[in-house]
Amino acid sequence: MKKLSTYIFENKFLYLIGIVAMIFGVSLDMLSPQLTKRIIDDVVMDGKMELLTRYLIGILMIGIGRFLFQYIKEYFFDFVSSKISRTIRTDLFHHIQSLSMDFFDHNNTGELMARIKDDVDHIWNALNYIGMLIIEVILHTSTILICMFKLHAKLALLPAIIIPFAGILAIIMERKLDKIYGEISDENTLLNKVAEENLAGVRTVKAFAREKYEINKFFSHNKHYYDLNMQQSQVFVRYYPLFQFITKLLPILTILLGGFFVIDDSMTIGDLSAFTQYSTNIVWPMEMIGWLANDFSSALASNKKLKEIYRHTPSIKPPKHPIPIKKVYGNIKFEHISFSSMRGNPSQKKEKIPILKDISFQIDAGKTLGIMGATGSGKTSIIHLLERFYEADHGTIFLDDNDIRTLSLKDLRKNIAVVMQDVFLFSDTIAENIVLGKKSETKLETVKESAYKAQASDFIERMEEGYDTVIGERGVGLSGGQKQRISLARALAKKAPILVLDDSTSALDMETEKEIQKTLQTLSNTTKIIIAHRISSVRHADEIIILTNGEITERGTHETLMAKKGYYYQTYLSQYGEPKLQEEAYGISIL
Amino acid sequence: MAFQSYKQDENMEAAGKMTTLLRLFSYLLAYKAEIILVLFIMGICVAITLINPLIIETAIDTYIASSDIEGLIRLAVFGVFINVIFIILVKIRMFLMAKISNTVLLEIRNELYTHIQTLDFHFFDSRPTGKILARIIGDVNSLKDVLSNSVTTLIPDFITICSVVGIMIWKHPILALASLSSLPFMILGIWFIQTFSHKRWQIHRKKSSNLNAFVHEDLSGIKIIKSFAAENETLDSFQSLAKQHRDSFMAAVRLNDGFSIIEICEGIGKMMLYLIAIQIIGIDKVSIGTLVSFGLYLTMFWDPISNLSNFYNQIITNIAGAERIFEILDTKPEIFDEKNVGTLPPIRGEVVFQHVSFSYDDNTKVLHDISFHIHAGETIAFVGATGAGKTTIVNLISRFYDIQDGTVTVDGFDIKKVSIESLRSQMGIMTQDNFLFSGTVKDNIRYGKLNATDEEIIEAAKAVHAHEFIMKLENGYDTELKERGGGLSIGQKQLLAFARTMVSQPKILILDEATSSIDTQTELLVQKGIESLLKGRTSFIIAHRLSTIQKADRIFVINHGIIEEQGSHEELLKKQGAYYKLTMAQFL
Repeated sequence: MKKLSTYIFENKFLYLIGIVAMIFGVSLDMLSPQLTKRIIDDVVMDGKMELLTRYLIGILMIGIGRFLFQYIKEYFFDFVSSKISRTIRTDLFHHIQSLSMDFFDHNNTGELMARIKDDVDHIWNALNYIGMLIIEVILHTSTILICMFKLHAKLALLPAIIIPFAGILAIIMERKLDKIYGEISDENTLLNKVAEENLAGVRTVKAFAREKYEINKFFSHNKHYYDLNMQQSQVFVRYYPLFQFITKLLPILTILLGGFFVIDDSMTIGDLSAFTQYSTNIVWPMEMIGWLANDFSSALASNKKLKEIYRHTPSIKPPKHPIPIKKVYGNIKFEHISFSSMRGNPSQKKEKIPILKDISFQIDAGKTLGIMGATGSGKTSIIHLLERFYEADHGTIFLDDNDIRTLSLKDLRKNIAVVMQDVFLFSDTIAENIVLGKKSETKLETVKESAYKAQASDFIERMEEGYDTVIGERGVGLSGGQKQRISLARALAKKAPILVLDDSTSALDMETEKEIQKTLQTLSNTTKIIIAHRISSVRHADEIIILTNGEITERGTHETLMAKKGYYYQTYLSQYGEPKLQEEAYGISIL
Repeated sequence: MAFQSYKQDENMEAAGKMTTLLRLFSYLLAYKAEIILVLFIMGICVAITLINPLIIETAIDTYIASSDIEGLIRLAVFGVFINVIFIILVKIRMFLMAKISNTVLLEIRNELYTHIQTLDFHFFDSRPTGKILARIIGDVNSLKDVLSNSVTTLIPDFITICSVVGIMIWKHPILALASLSSLPFMILGIWFIQTFSHKRWQIHRKKSSNLNAFVHEDLSGIKIIKSFAAENETLDSFQSLAKQHRDSFMAAVRLNDGFSIIEICEGIGKMMLYLIAIQIIGIDKVSIGTLVSFGLYLTMFWDPISNLSNFYNQIITNIAGAERIFEILDTKPEIFDEKNVGTLPPIRGEVVFQHVSFSYDDNTKVLHDISFHIHAGETIAFVGATGAGKTTIVNLISRFYDIQDGTVTVDGFDIKKVSIESLRSQMGIMTQDNFLFSGTVKDNIRYGKLNATDEEIIEAAKAVHAHEFIMKLENGYDTELKERGGGLSIGQKQLLAFARTMVSQPKILILDEATSSIDTQTELLVQKGIESLLKGRTSFIIAHRLSTIQKADRIFVINHGIIEEQGSHEELLKKQGAYYKLTMAQFL
C-alpha cells in the first residue's frame, strides 16, 4: 500500500494552490480592520472626504477578494481530496480483486464493501477539510503568537506554554478515540454484512417468515453501533471542553499576569488590552484542534483497516517469467494430484483435511471427460485446481505439456471456459453478461451464436428488448434453467479450447439438455469436462471417472462401467429403473 | 418487471426539500424536553461568554488602574470559577446532543430496516442489493451532523441574528437598512445555488449507490470474474463508476463552494454603511460611536449568517440522503396482511387453485386460468420446459406474489385472508437459491425452527443424510459457515437447506429443484429418510430427474403457463403425450 503521505505528495501542487489562496484570504482578513480604522481616522476625524471613495472601493475589493480566495481554496481542496480518495478507492479495489480465492473464502462481501466505501470516505474527509483546517489553525496561531511576542515577549511566554497543552490534549484524545473508531469501523462493516446477507437471502427469510428474527438481529448490531458511537461521544465530551477551558482561561491568566506587569510598570495598559484581544482571537483555532483530532482519529483508524487488507498478498503466485503460449490445443493431464484444505479455527491447531487423493487422468484435445460422484467427493475441486484458484499439495497439472504453474494466470484462465454450478449473473444486459471477459473482442454475432448453441436464443429473443434486456442481480427474474443457459452461452462465447460444465445443466428439462448434449458433441476441437449427476449428461463421454471421497474408484466408458456393475451402474438403475422395464414402458431399446 | 443494472441511476420521486427537512426534524420532536434543556444551557453559556469581556474590562479599569493586586487575584479566581461551570455545562450539552442525534439515527435505521422487511419481491428483485444497502448504511450515516447541528446551530444563530437586527433597527433604522441592503443578493445567490446543487447532490448520491452496487456484485461474483480473467474489465467498470462518483461530487461542490458569496455581501454591507452614513446622512448627524458600534454589529450579524449558511450547505449536501430513506419508507408493500386478517389454523394441507391467472408485470401472462385440487397428503410433481411457469405456481401457494385473477385456498382458507406469517410458517419452502447465512451449521438448521433442540437438529440432519458430511467438518455442527455457505459444494448446501426445512415440520412441503445437485444415491437415501417425516403431508416437487418425479402421486406437465397433462407416471407414459416425449429425451 502506498502511504497516505505519498498520495498527498503526488498532488502537492494542487494542495499548494489551495494553501496559497488560503494565505491570501487570511491576509485580507487582517487588512479589513485597517480600512475601517482609516475611514474613521482619515475621513470622519480628519474630514478627508476625497479618500472615502477609495476606501469604500477597497472594502468592496476585499469582499470580492475574500470570496475569490475562499472559493479557490475550497474548490482546490475538494478537487484534490476527491481525486486522491478516488485513487485510493481504485487502488484498494484493484488490490482486493487481485487477491486469491482463499481471501474471499474468509472475508464477507458486506464487510469488504464497507471498507471500500465508508473507510475510504473517512480518509477523504481527512484529506479535505481536516487538512485545510489544520493548516489554517497553524497559520492563525503562529500569526497571533508572533504579534504577541512583538507586543510583550515575557507575557507571550504564557500562551506559548499553554497552547502546547492543547496539542498534548489533542494527542491524548486521538489515542483514546483511535481505538473506539477502529471498533466503530468494524461494527459498521458488521452492520453492512448483516444487512447484506439479509437482502441477499431475502427469499429464504420470507420463505421461513423470519422477518422478526432478522429485524432483531439487525437491531442488536445497530444498538451496538449506537453504543460505540456513544462511547466515542463520551471520550469527546470528556476532552473537548478542556480545549474550551484553555481558551477561556488564557485571557484571564493574561490579564492576571499582565496586570502584575502593568502594576510593575513594565507594560502599558494599552498593550495589555491589545494583548488580551489577541488571546481571545486564539479561541477559534484552539477549539478547532479538538474537532480536528476527533475527525483525524476516525481517518487514521480507517487507514489502519485498509492497511490490514493490504497486508494480504495473493496466495497463488504467478510465475515471474511465464512461458508465453500462443495456441492452446487443450490436452490436459493431472499427474498424482493431491489436495487438502486447512481447516480449524484460528484458536485451534490447524488440521489438514484431504479432499483429493492421488488423482491422475489425461484428456486429449477435443475429447470429453465425464466426472460423477457423491456430493462432496471433490469434483469441483478438480476444476478449481485446473483454474489454479488453489494450489495442489502434490502432483502436477499439465496444459499442452506445460506445467500450469509456469503459465501466467491470465493465459491459463483465458483458455478454460467454465460454467459454474453456482450460476452468477450481473445486473446488466444479457449481451454484456455473455461477453464477460472479452468485451472488446466479442461481436454481437458471436453472442447470438453462443446463445443459440446454448438453447437460450429462443427465450432471449422472446423478451421485449432481446439481448439488451437488463436482468436482475444474480439473474433474478429468470428461471433456474434460463440462468444456466445464459451462463453456458457465456462460456461458449469465450471460444476457449477447454470447456468445463460443472453440474450446470441440472435445472434444465430433459429435452433441452438433450439438445445441448448434441451441440456439445459438435464442438470437436474443444476439450470438454462434464461434471454431472445425470447419466444422460456423461454417457457419451470418452472417459468417465467416478470420485469417491477424493479418490478415483471407477473409470471407463459408459459401456464398460455398465458392465462393471459398480457405482455407475447403481446410479443408472436408480435414475432409469431396470432397463427391461423402461424398454417396455417407452417401447425403445435402451442399452 | 423492469430490472435495474448497477450502472443505471435510480428513478426517484422525491418529496420537496422542505417536506423532507420537516419530516427529518419531526424525529427530534420526541426529545423536546432534552432539546429545551440544551437550549437553556446554551443560553447560560452565552451569558458566561458575555461576562468574560466584562471581567477583563473590570480588571483593567478597576484593579490594574488602582494597582489592587489582591482584587485582581480575586477577580481571576472568580473568572476561573465561572469558566469551570461553563465547561461543565458544555459537557452536559454535548452529551445530550450526542445522545439525541445518535438515538434518532438508531431509530431511523431501525425503522427503515423494519420497513424493508415488509416489502415484497418486486422491491428486492428490481434493484441491486448494493443500492438498498447504500440507503441503510450510507444514507442514514449522512444525517448525523445535520441532526445535531440543527439544534446547536439553527436555533441559537437564528436568535442571535434576530436580536442583532432588532438592536440595529432600534439604534438607527436607516443605517440598519443600509447595512443589510446586501441581504437580498445573498438570499438570491444562495437560492440559486441550492436550487441547482440539490439536483447535483441527488445525482451524487445515486452515483455513490451505483458504485456500491457494482462493488457488491463484483465481490459476490469474484469467482466467475477470475475464471473469465475479467479483472481488467471489471477494474475499468469500477474506474468509470468511481470517476462518475467523483465528477458528480465536483459538479455539486463547484456550486456549493459558491456559498462564500456571503463574503462579497458582507463587503457590500460594510460599504453601504459607510457610504450612507458619511455621504448621505453626513458625519455630523451620525456619532462616531454609532458608526463604530454598527461596524461591530455587522460582524456580529455576519458570523451567525456564515454559520447558518454552512449549516444550510450541509443540509443541501445531505438532504438527498434523507429523501432516499423516506422514499423507501413510503414504498407500500404490495403483499401485506389486510386489516383484521385471520390466522390460519394448523392445516391438513389441501391446496386448491381456481381459475388462477398471473403475470409479473401486468403485461405478459405467465399462468393462464390454472385450476387444480390437491388433497392433503398428496405428492405432486411439476415438470416441463424451463420457464414454463413451474416455479411461479409454487410461489403463488406461499403468496410470494399476489394473483390477478382466481383464488388460491389452503384447507378452504383464501390465502389472502390469513396472515402471511401463519401461512408461511406452516410451509417448508426450498427455493432454487438455497441461501445459507454466515454462522454455524447448527444455527443455519435452527433457522427453520428457532427453538429447536440440538437433538431435533441432529435428527433432521440425519433424515436428509446431511449428518455424515456435517460430522466430517472440522467442528461438526458448530462449524462456522462462510457467507452463502461458501466452502460447501452446492449439493452439501442443498442438504443443509433440506435439513433446515425438515426441522420446521412443515405441513406443506415445496421442493423447487431442491435436490438437483445431490447425487442420485444420496437423493434416494434422502427420500427414504424423509418418508416417515412426511407421512400425511402435502408436497410439491419440481425436478428434472426422472428418479425424483416418477414416484409422485400425480405429475403435472406445465407448458407455457397451462397444465398440459396430469396423471401418474404410468398413466402418462401410456398416453404417449408430452410427458412421454419429455422423459424419453434422456434415453437418447
